[in-house]
Amino acid sequence: MKTKQHFISIFDEMANEDALKDIRKQAIDTFSQLEFPTRRHEEWKYTNINPIIQKSYTVEENCSVSQETIDGYILGETPGNILVFVNGIFNEELSHIENSEEIIVSNVKGALQKHGEKVTQFVENTTDKEQIFSVLNTALLQDGVFIQVPKNKVVEKPIFVVNVSDSEQQFIHNAKNIIDVGENSQVNIVETYRHGKDSAYFNNITTDVFVAANAHVQHVRLQMESKKAYQITTLNIRQQKDSTYTSVSVDLGGAIVRNNINVDLQDSNIESNLYGLYLGKDEQLIDNHTFIDHAKPHCNSNELYKGILDDKARGVFNGKVLVRQDAQKTNAFQSNQNILLSDNAGVDTKPQLEIFADDVKCSHGATVGELDEGAMFYLRARGIGEKEAHSLLRQAFVGEVLEFVKQDSLREKLEEIVMSHF
Amino acid sequence: MLKIKNLHVSVEGNEILRGLNLEINKGEVHAIMGPNGSGKSTLANVLAGKEDYEVTAGEIIYKGEDLLEMSIEDRSREGIFMAFQYPVEIPGVSMINFLKTALNANREYHEQKKMSAREILKLVREKAKLVEVDDEFLRRAVNEGFSGGEKKRNEILQMAVLGFQLAVLDETDSGLDIDALRIVSEGINQLRGEDNAFVVVTHYQRLLDHIVPDFVHVLYNGAIVKSGDKNLALELEKEGYAWIKEEAAAAS
Ligand SMILES: Nc1ncnc2c1ncn2[C@@H]1O[C@H](COP(=O)(O)OP(=O)(O)OP(=O)(O)O)[C@@H](O)[C@H]1O
Ligand SMILES: [Mg+2]
Repeated sequence: MKTKQHFISIFDEMANEDALKDIRKQAIDTFSQLEFPTRRHEEWKYTNINPIIQKSYTVEENCSVSQETIDGYILGETPGNILVFVNGIFNEELSHIENSEEIIVSNVKGALQKHGEKVTQFVENTTDKEQIFSVLNTALLQDGVFIQVPKNKVVEKPIFVVNVSDSEQQFIHNAKNIIDVGENSQVNIVETYRHGKDSAYFNNITTDVFVAANAHVQHVRLQMESKKAYQITTLNIRQQKDSTYTSVSVDLGGAIVRNNINVDLQDSNIESNLYGLYLGKDEQLIDNHTFIDHAKPHCNSNELYKGILDDKARGVFNGKVLVRQDAQKTNAFQSNQNILLSDNAGVDTKPQLEIFADDVKCSHGATVGELDEGAMFYLRARGIGEKEAHSLLRQAFVGEVLEFVKQDSLREKLEEIVMSHF
Repeated sequence: MLKIKNLHVSVEGNEILRGLNLEINKGEVHAIMGPNGSGKSTLANVLAGKEDYEVTAGEIIYKGEDLLEMSIEDRSREGIFMAFQYPVEIPGVSMINFLKTALNANREYHEQKKMSAREILKLVREKAKLVEVDDEFLRRAVNEGFSGGEKKRNEILQMAVLGFQLAVLDETDSGLDIDALRIVSEGINQLRGEDNAFVVVTHYQRLLDHIVPDFVHVLYNGAIVKSGDKNLALELEKEGYAWIKEEAAAAS
């Protein structure tokens, strides 16, 4: 109760004047009625969030970041749109928004001013009244991205969202991202989370992606928060018929990181791909919870999550797949592979397949092991030194996730960052 | 080039090689035959430096140096090429990247300039003709999903690309159909030279029809119990190993 009170008092101190006033008020009321999950909850069995919720946070002010720093955070070739947030606050100078008649690429606050009702509606609809981190997010919402692509638009260049956290303070930041992609459209979104100082801030993020019929979305996320920071993300994807959504998510930073990914396949002939990579060191905890809901026939979902854990780091993978009665001819594949580099590192992996249709192909597999000694020997027997052989095998391991990033320059840059993280 | 004296090797406490002697000079081809489990692959693995094999007695001198003191990678860089009986699959590492890394690691060791990606591709393509594999093959992950024949051809390709002074071929012919055998043995023949030597481990005469050995040795119970010329292989083909086993039993 005390811990919840702290968040309520943050709400009380925040200005609540804008168009979202009522929605926020409702959200904080709902928040006060919900409870934070404990490890007794099945969904939070492996992840203790007490260190996150028992801290006291400030709401952070802006901080200056140089253009050069931001440029360094852009992955691959010059992108089209760049949205920059520093400590959660939209930085217009550092951002680069290509004006376009039809496509909206904006921060949420800016979109609220320009498009009012439409945005308010989205905020309301994407607030999950049963999820405490979702209502907390709406109640304390600061900003986020609002992207809307109309029908029949191919957005050629990736849209970059750069989030930088840099503060002496222990701050909390709640970002809400809304991405709405119209029929037959295509977009590529690249989110990055970077940090300056190593402080213990808390990013509570929700992202909602609406993928209309025959739309195609690639969504790349690179998380490099401070080693003391906490990040809880809730990613909800709603897909219409014939659409494709591919997420490639890389977690390198953070003390406790929890990714909730919920994919709702609402019609037939949908493809959903969730790929994740996590590298943990020290005492990091990285928890990926995915839930794929197959409602209609002829849909495919593919999940591949791979982790390399060192020191006392822990990984969690919980992959739930629900195949409803109507969802005949579903293909749902899931795999979680882990390499442990230390005896004290560990992983909890739990597949949950709930299948109510009879004509389906579902599989899941999980592996936990060390670097393949047979492969090491083979490489060394060809004159490749031990260190280089190690690095080649790790690169191969992570490459199987990163290969799903379609653009060469983006993929190569990601690979470089991941490899230099070892 | 290679002198093995009184070699004793144990694996997990079991003595597999029990006083093996062998001497190999430049330009020679030695065939090693012997029943299953006699220790042929053990010998090959010890030469390559595999860690699970414990040398409890004896010595191996390679080019005048103590081979057992050399690291796995240095043995390769110094010219020992081991064509494995069971090459491992390495998902995620493409053939071309693997060959590039290996080639440049070898060059760096010999203080030669690294080769560019383009130079390497040219070299590899040329050698690929030897074992009749194409560019598609080079893009695949090392041995992953390769057929038995492809795996063996791949070993020969690596041998051709990386070069060698002493090649140890562990059953490179096993499981090959007649076409694959022809490709592999022709590849090997083209790589034969006055300055290199081969140890060919095989169960079958048909490989030795293509690669005619100077010496044939029979490995039995962890030691070489009989040596001869190519006719010994023909005799083994006809008679099997029973008489060898009897002779060995009588001797001990
Ligand atoms: N890594 C190992 N661990 C345990 N035992 C081993 C290992 N390697 C070999 N051995 C044992 O050593 C003996 C010799 O094996 P080796 O593979 O050298 O025989 P081989 O002559 O190559 O046989 P084959 O003709 O079947 O290939 C066998 O009894 C085998 O079981
Ligand atoms: Mg063998």
